[in-house]
Amino acid sequence: MNKTQLPAPSSNGFLNNPQNRAIIYQVCALLFVLFLAYYFTNNMFDNVEKRGITTGFSFLDDVAGFGISQTLIDYDDGGSTYYDVFIVGLLNTLLVSVIGVFVASVLGLLIGIGRLSQNFLVSKLSLVYIETFRNIPILLQILFWYNVVLAALPSPRQSFTYFDSFFLNNRGLLTPEPIFESGSGFILIAFILAVAGVFFLARWAKKRHDLIGEEFPLFKVSIAILIAAPLLVYFISGQPVSAEYPVLKGFNFKGGLAIIPELLALIFALSIYTATYIAEAVRAGIEAVPSGQKEAAKALGLKDHVILRKVVLPQALRVIIPPVINQYLNLVKNSSLATAIGYPEVVTLFSGTTLNQVGQAIEIILMTMAVYLTISIVISLVLNWVNAKMEIKGR
Amino acid sequence: MATYSIKEAKAAPSSSKGIFFWLKENLFPDVKNSLLTLVGMYFVYLTIPPLLNWMIFDATWSGTQAEIVKEGARWIFIIEKFDQFMYGFYPEALHWRPNLVLFITFAFLASFKLVSNLKVKIAFMLLYPVVCFLLISGGWFGLETVETEKWGGLMLTLVVAAVGIIASFPLGIVLALGRQSDMPIVKTLCVGFIEFIRGVPLITILFMASVVLPLFFSDGIDFDKLLRALIGITLFQAAYIAEVVRGGLQAIPKGQYEAAKSLGLGYWQGMILIILPQALKISIPNLVGSFISLFKDTTLVLIIGLFDILAMVTLTNSDTSWLGYEIEGYVFVTLIYWVICFSMSQYSKAVERKFNTEH
Repeated sequence: MNKTQLPAPSSNGFLNNPQNRAIIYQVCALLFVLFLAYYFTNNMFDNVEKRGITTGFSFLDDVAGFGISQTLIDYDDGGSTYYDVFIVGLLNTLLVSVIGVFVASVLGLLIGIGRLSQNFLVSKLSLVYIETFRNIPILLQILFWYNVVLAALPSPRQSFTYFDSFFLNNRGLLTPEPIFESGSGFILIAFILAVAGVFFLARWAKKRHDLIGEEFPLFKVSIAILIAAPLLVYFISGQPVSAEYPVLKGFNFKGGLAIIPELLALIFALSIYTATYIAEAVRAGIEAVPSGQKEAAKALGLKDHVILRKVVLPQALRVIIPPVINQYLNLVKNSSLATAIGYPEVVTLFSGTTLNQVGQAIEIILMTMAVYLTISIVISLVLNWVNAKMEIKGR
Repeated sequence: MATYSIKEAKAAPSSSKGIFFWLKENLFPDVKNSLLTLVGMYFVYLTIPPLLNWMIFDATWSGTQAEIVKEGARWIFIIEKFDQFMYGFYPEALHWRPNLVLFITFAFLASFKLVSNLKVKIAFMLLYPVVCFLLISGGWFGLETVETEKWGGLMLTLVVAAVGIIASFPLGIVLALGRQSDMPIVKTLCVGFIEFIRGVPLITILFMASVVLPLFFSDGIDFDKLLRALIGITLFQAAYIAEVVRGGLQAIPKGQYEAAKSLGLGYWQGMILIILPQALKISIPNLVGSFISLFKDTTLVLIIGLFDILAMVTLTNSDTSWLGYEIEGYVFVTLIYWVICFSMSQYSKAVERKFNTEH
C-alpha cells in the first residue's frame, strides 16, 4: 500500500459543485438582465426628456378630436377622449374577432369534414382550398379583398340588391337595422330563461339517462325551447321589435345598419385563412380515432349517427379542440393587420392615429400589447380548463 | 389418385374494375354523393375556366399598353416592372450582386451535401452570412455602397426571412434550453420572454422595434429602419423556435440524458453531442412549419414602411402611366409566395414521412 492517496484535486472546489455553479450562472443572468433594464430605462428617460415628450397616462383624458368610421359606443369627434378611442378600438377588435371566429369555425368544420368525404371530388376540392389559402400570407389576402374585390363593387346608386333590404356597394354592406322599442327587454329575459331552462333540462336528462338508461331527445327539445320562448314573448308583448330598412337618398343610403368594407374584407380574409388550419385540425382529430372504435361500435349495432355522436366525436374533440383554440388566438392576433387597410381597431386607432398625435410611444404600445396579452391569457386559461375537463379520467 | 392442377385466376368482373367502376365508387355511390359531385362539378365549371381564360388564354403577354385588346390579365405590367418586383430600388447596374448572392446560397446549400468535414462546414456557415451581407450592402473591396433604403422587392423579403431564420435559430435554442433548465431564475426569465412574445401580435413588436427601440439607446447609436425590423422579427421568431425545440427536447427519452451524464459529459457537451442532434432532427418538420409562418409574416414589414415585394404592388401602381394594375400585381406576388410556401410545406411533409418509421 505504498500508493499515496491522491488529493481529489478540484472535486471539492467551490466552483465544481453544480449547485454553486447554478447559483453563479443565475446571478450572472439576473445581473445581465437587470443591467440591460437599467441601461434601457436610463437612456429612455434621457431621450424622452431631451425630445420633450411627456410621460404618464394623463393623455388618456385629453380630447382626441378625430373621427372614427365605426364605433360601437357613443363617440363624438369633438368631445371624446383618447380613453374612449382606446375602448372603441378594443371593442372593434373584439367584434371582428368574434365574427371571424364564428365564420372560420363553420367554414373550417365544413372543409375538414369535406376533406374526409368518400366523394373524390369533394375531398380534392377541400384539399385544394386548404393548400391554396394557407400558403398565401394573411396580409396579402386582406389587401387583395380590400383593394381588388371590394374596391370593384359599384357605387351606391348601382348597388347589388338582395330581397330589397340588403345592399352591397363600395361603401360596404347595408342591412336592415333592428329597432328595439319598449317591451323588447322581455324578449331578452325570455331568451335568458330559456337558456337556463335548457341547462337544467340537460342535467335532468343526463341524470335520467344514468338512472334508467332511456334517451331523452334533448337536442330537438332544446332548440324548440330556445326558439319558441322568445318568439312567444315577442307576440305576447305586441311585436316590439321592428326593422329600419336602408333607403337610397341622393348619392348614399340613409338608415339601416352599415357594415364598412374594411370589416368585410377583414372577416373574409381572416376566416378564409384561419378556416384552413381549423379544417386540418378537424381532419387530424377525426383521423386520430382508431378505426377499431368505429368497428366496435358498429359491431354493437349502433346506428351511424349514434356512432358519430357517442363514439367518434367525444374522442376526436379531445384532439381537435386545443389546436382550434390556438387558431382562435392566432385569429385575434392577426386581426391587428387591419391597420394595413385602416379598419379602426386597437392597433390602427391607438398605435397608429393616437401615437401620431400624442407621441408617447412607450405608454401607447405597452397598452396595445397589454390588450393582446390579456386576450391570450384569457384564451389559454380557457384552453387549460377545457383540457382539464376533457382529460381521460383515469382510475 | 386425384390430380390437382392450378386454376387460372379469373379476371375481376367488369363491374368492379375500370373507369366506370371508379367513377361509380368515388363520385356516384349514392344519391347524396351524386348530388354533391354535381354541385362540385358546377363549382369547378364556374371557377376554373374563367380563371384559366383570364390568366393564360386571354392574357396579354407582350407588346405595349396601347396594344391591349383582350379581357384577360395584362402580364406586360409585370414584365415591365419585373426588376422593381425583384430588387426594389436597388441600382440596376448592380443587380448582379443580389444575383450572385442567390447563386452563393445554392452553392452553400449544395456544399452541405458534398463536404463532410465538420470544421469546413462550420467555417462555411460563419462565412456565408458575412459574404452575402458584404455583397449586397457593399462598401468593401471597392464595391459601391447601397443604402438599405434602396433594398426592396423579393430581395428584401428574402433578406428579412433569411436573417430572421438564421439569427433566431441559436437564440431560440438557448431559450428552449433555458426553459427546460433546473435553474429557477433562468427558467423564469426564458418563460417570461417566450410567453410575452407569443402573446402579442408581430405588428406590435414591429411597432415597438421601430418606435420604442431607438429610445432605449443613447443618441450616438443609430439603427436604420431595416435593422430595427430585423431585430423585431428575430426576437419574435426566436420565441416560436424555442417552443418547437422544446417540443423536440421533451420527446427525447430520459435515458438519453442519463446516458450523457453517465459518460461523464458536462451539460453543454451532453447537449451538443447527444441531446440536441436528436431533438433538432425530430423537430425539423415543425421548424420548417415555423419558417413558413415567418416567411409569410415578412409581409408585415410593409406596415412600418419597408418596401418588400407586397409593398411593390402599391408602389408600382402609383406610376401614373401604369395605373389600375393592382390585380396583376397581387396575383403575381400571390403566386411567388404560394410556390415558395407550398414547396417548403411539401418538403416538411417528406421529412416527416422519412422519419415516421412506425407501421
